[in-house]
Amino acid sequence: MLHRLDVRAKLPSAMLLITVLALSKSFPAALTGLAIGVALVVTAGLNWRSVTKRLLLVNGFVLFLWLTLPLSYPGSPLFSIGPVPISRDGIMLASLITIKTNGSVLILMALIATSTVADLGHGLARLKLPDSMCMLLLFSYRYIFVIQQEYLRLLRAARLRSFQAGTNFHSYRTFGYLFGMTLIKSHHRANRVRQAMELRGFQGRFYSLSSSTVTLREILFFALVIVLAGAMISLELRF
Amino acid sequence: MLAYPIIELKDLTFAYTAQQEPVLDRVNLVLHHQQRIGLVGPNGCGKTTLFHCMMGLLQPQSGTILFKGNEIRDKKDVVALRREIGMLFQDADDQLFSPTVLEDVAFGPLNLGTDPERAREVAQQTLAELNLGHLEKRVTHHLSGGEKKLVSLATILAMQPRALLLDEPTNNLDSDTRARLIAIITGFDLGLIIISHDYDFLAATCTDLAGMDHGRIVPVDKSALHTHHHIHPHGAHPHEHRNH
Repeated sequence: MLHRLDVRAKLPSAMLLITVLALSKSFPAALTGLAIGVALVVTAGLNWRSVTKRLLLVNGFVLFLWLTLPLSYPGSPLFSIGPVPISRDGIMLASLITIKTNGSVLILMALIATSTVADLGHGLARLKLPDSMCMLLLFSYRYIFVIQQEYLRLLRAARLRSFQAGTNFHSYRTFGYLFGMTLIKSHHRANRVRQAMELRGFQGRFYSLSSSTVTLREILFFALVIVLAGAMISLELRF
Repeated sequence: MLAYPIIELKDLTFAYTAQQEPVLDRVNLVLHHQQRIGLVGPNGCGKTTLFHCMMGLLQPQSGTILFKGNEIRDKKDVVALRREIGMLFQDADDQLFSPTVLEDVAFGPLNLGTDPERAREVAQQTLAELNLGHLEKRVTHHLSGGEKKLVSLATILAMQPRALLLDEPTNNLDSDTRARLIAIITGFDLGLIIISHDYDFLAATCTDLAGMDHGRIVPVDKSALHTHHHIHPHGAHPHEHRNH
């Protein structure tokens, strides 16, 4: 259901919720944020397997906080493992960060990852972001793979001629050539793309195909998000 | 209107730098309405440069380009020419830049001032005519090489041109896609200039043949189209023959 919601509603919603969540320092507010994230992901009907996969990836980084914060954070020790005191405040902080991180990622998954990059680009343009920024996003998305493939092609060609990367000047020079050549090729490609666009009448302005309008659904959704964000702020101020 | 050829080149000369030898050396070429010219010549003899000059991407040092009898003088003339003459690039990745196929095909019509509603219709219709309707929602860089080539042809046809310049259209195409391209092109009632090294392809699609060598147009015996050696695309494998 969230897939069909217009980017103009989803993007500001995600930004608002994540800003509030990122700034909150109390458990009730953070837990509310996490709950909102879970609720949104459920509403979006995302595949639980891919959700878990992404969460595991993020929590890999969080794990490092759990390994360091309880040991290093000052404050009253909760208990000790041998001679090492485990800080109570450290554990609290690590839990808070874990909740906030997972909440933010869930919100992003439900609100941003449910749009295609193309929709995001056009949505940003309609939110009156500068045209050049939106073009940058769209073109990066389109050509990053092409440029990567060109680089890999060169690298493969070098390997086929028995090139083995090592710590020597020959390797450094070869990588220099590879990067340089990729840069030149990308530049030439950019020129050809521009030419092809001009031949089809491009004069510096993008016209969007979809004339989608913001409907009541988008307005209601954003209003709901504002209420939720307000609830989080009031929880934050009370505790 | 039909009194003049679509495009006529008179003594067109172009060099990338003044010091270098000209890439195009007093080229004369005429493309009449619905004429189909195959342009052959060795690598680096200036064929692609000729296309770029015709489309106004490069400025020739001397000579004139007449579009429907009128000389191309300024940016405005070039824009008018590009409305009616489409060019297919060698590398389809240069031509397809929009995220989805439909958006890319609609890009030209939108630039010509068609309203979004109508542009969508034109794009869908063009895709349907080429039997590509099922690709509409696909992401352009995930298409196969053959699909990319056909879709980039659709992006040009959506602008309803009167003539097409095709730059080595059969490069890297499998035999099925190539056959499809031949069927599509022979169905056109447009003026065509096709650069190709694929003589079979030119024999199937063109009525005239022009050669290029060292920046000059040279006469080519038209029978050259029929005196090549035929290499069967599936000769090494057991296969059935369809009617050709």
